[in-house]
Amino acid sequence: MKGTAGRLIRTFLFHGIKIVSLLLAVSIIAFVLVSASPIDPVQQYILGLGTAISPEQRAEIEAYWGVNEPPVERYLSWLSELLRGNWGESALYRRPVADIIGERFANSLALMLCAWLLSGVIGFALGCVMGVFRDRWPDSILKKLCYLLSSVPTFWLGLLFLLIFSVWLGWFPIGFSAPIGVAQGSVTLGQRLHHLALPAITLSLMSFANIALHTRQKLIDVLNSEYVLFARARGEGTWTVLRRHGLRNVLLPAVTLQFASFAELFGGSVLAENVFSYPGLGSAVAAAGLNSDVPLLLGVTLFSALFVCVGNMIANLLYGLVDPQIREVGK
Amino acid sequence: MKKLNRRTKVLLLTAVMALVLIAVYAFGLLIPEEAYASSFLQAKQPPSFAHPFGTDSLGRDLLMRTLKGLSVSMTVGLVASVISAVIAVLVGIAAATGSKYVDAFLNWLIDLVMGVPHTILVILISFAMGRGLKGLLIGIAATHWCSLARLIRGEVLQLRNQQYVAVSRRLGKSSGWILCNHLLPHLVPQFFVGLVLMFPHAILHEASVSFLGYGLPPEQPAIGIILSESMRYLSAGMWWTAVFPGLLLVAIVLLVDRLGDHLRRILDPYSAQE
Repeated sequence: MKGTAGRLIRTFLFHGIKIVSLLLAVSIIAFVLVSASPIDPVQQYILGLGTAISPEQRAEIEAYWGVNEPPVERYLSWLSELLRGNWGESALYRRPVADIIGERFANSLALMLCAWLLSGVIGFALGCVMGVFRDRWPDSILKKLCYLLSSVPTFWLGLLFLLIFSVWLGWFPIGFSAPIGVAQGSVTLGQRLHHLALPAITLSLMSFANIALHTRQKLIDVLNSEYVLFARARGEGTWTVLRRHGLRNVLLPAVTLQFASFAELFGGSVLAENVFSYPGLGSAVAAAGLNSDVPLLLGVTLFSALFVCVGNMIANLLYGLVDPQIREVGK
Repeated sequence: MKKLNRRTKVLLLTAVMALVLIAVYAFGLLIPEEAYASSFLQAKQPPSFAHPFGTDSLGRDLLMRTLKGLSVSMTVGLVASVISAVIAVLVGIAAATGSKYVDAFLNWLIDLVMGVPHTILVILISFAMGRGLKGLLIGIAATHWCSLARLIRGEVLQLRNQQYVAVSRRLGKSSGWILCNHLLPHLVPQFFVGLVLMFPHAILHEASVSFLGYGLPPEQPAIGIILSESMRYLSAGMWWTAVFPGLLLVAIVLLVDRLGDHLRRILDPYSAQE
């Protein structure tokens, strides 16, 4: 199987080069955009200090930050520091950006992972139900529901959930990732999950429609095929057909699609985290932009691009390496 | 009375939807500022006959504010999706008809724009433009063209292999002539349907980004801003400030989405078999 190993290496190499080029481009674009901003970072920093400073001191800060150097030099020095692991210091939180991203990403990851699994499982199950009951009432109701949910803005759904489940029913806390007034170390897993539930459900409801409709279409294609007709003629029931023929053909595209949806997941998490005051990357990036915290904004942008690229690469690899049909065509 | 056939029904329905949308838009534009002026005597009132959506914490009528906000959102959505759709057509045609390198580059560009979460990219662009309507417009226009561009690229690639295009070429027609007479007419339905289907996304993005505090200034009536204000009063029991404006937004988005779908059915001959 020399061909397989060679193809694997080639695929990895190809995607690796592509990801590096994309990330480089993202860093350049983000840097240019931030530099183009009319908001003066030095002024913002001085405002954040809270004291008046003399023009000499201001000039010192400018010299230290290298504000007056040409943009290309600034970019190159920023990039080389970035590659050495120094992501700069956040002006808003007064801590290294890398630390903030690491800490907040752990929170965001928990949220996104829950939502991702939830939307994948619900979406796939509903898609199968819709496919099996094609054009009958369960299908048409669920299809309407999917269309409805894809037209509802994430943050409004979050607001409604807050209103119903937190304010009226009091089942869930109003926000944050842990109870207020409890030390970081003594927060139990149950409390964390309790705080996580509502944002995760909101986020998953936003993305399951896509996968459900996709699965439905694929399943219908499979059920209309001749091998399923033959299976039915042999006397297989709906459940057996689904298990033996449906799931095998439908599961892989669904998983691939789910990996390819990292961008929407991240974008949705920005909104969900802001509604629920959840301390993740999304609320950090919104705060960073509003408070002109350039290092943090750049850091999170790059990080989100990396996150999405990894998701897309997994989707491509799954598609190209696991699916025998595409593998054959790829040769 | 004779039963209407399906095409006529779809056409009528589409016309009604378009009329409703235009009416909402025009009504929102025509609302004078006095209609949602603040009045402290009427602050925080639940829905009633005088104020069907209730009033907010400053005593502004929420129905009027929401309608005004919707018309602003629709303007942003319309302009941004027109720009986006034009970019999509240009990129799609260039990718399909250009050389191998142009195609590879444009595909890479699409991957690039799709590689950053749209919310983050719009925040970044809005930040670069110093927050405000312009940044919002450019941000949304710059992020929404990718999938339509891919669609159009595929369509053009398919059209280029058609026999009549080959015959045209053999007859000595120039590439420009073929583009204008064979390719572009086929892309018109794609363009309009893509445009209408992009519109709800653009509105939703506008609302989300305004909700986060970018985009429109806080004194402007916009759905995102109304909803982000409502968040502060949720625990105080002012549910109407969150529910009704959002509901109206969802209704408009659904309406536009359906409109796009119907338009596709009217313009796309293959949909007859559905």
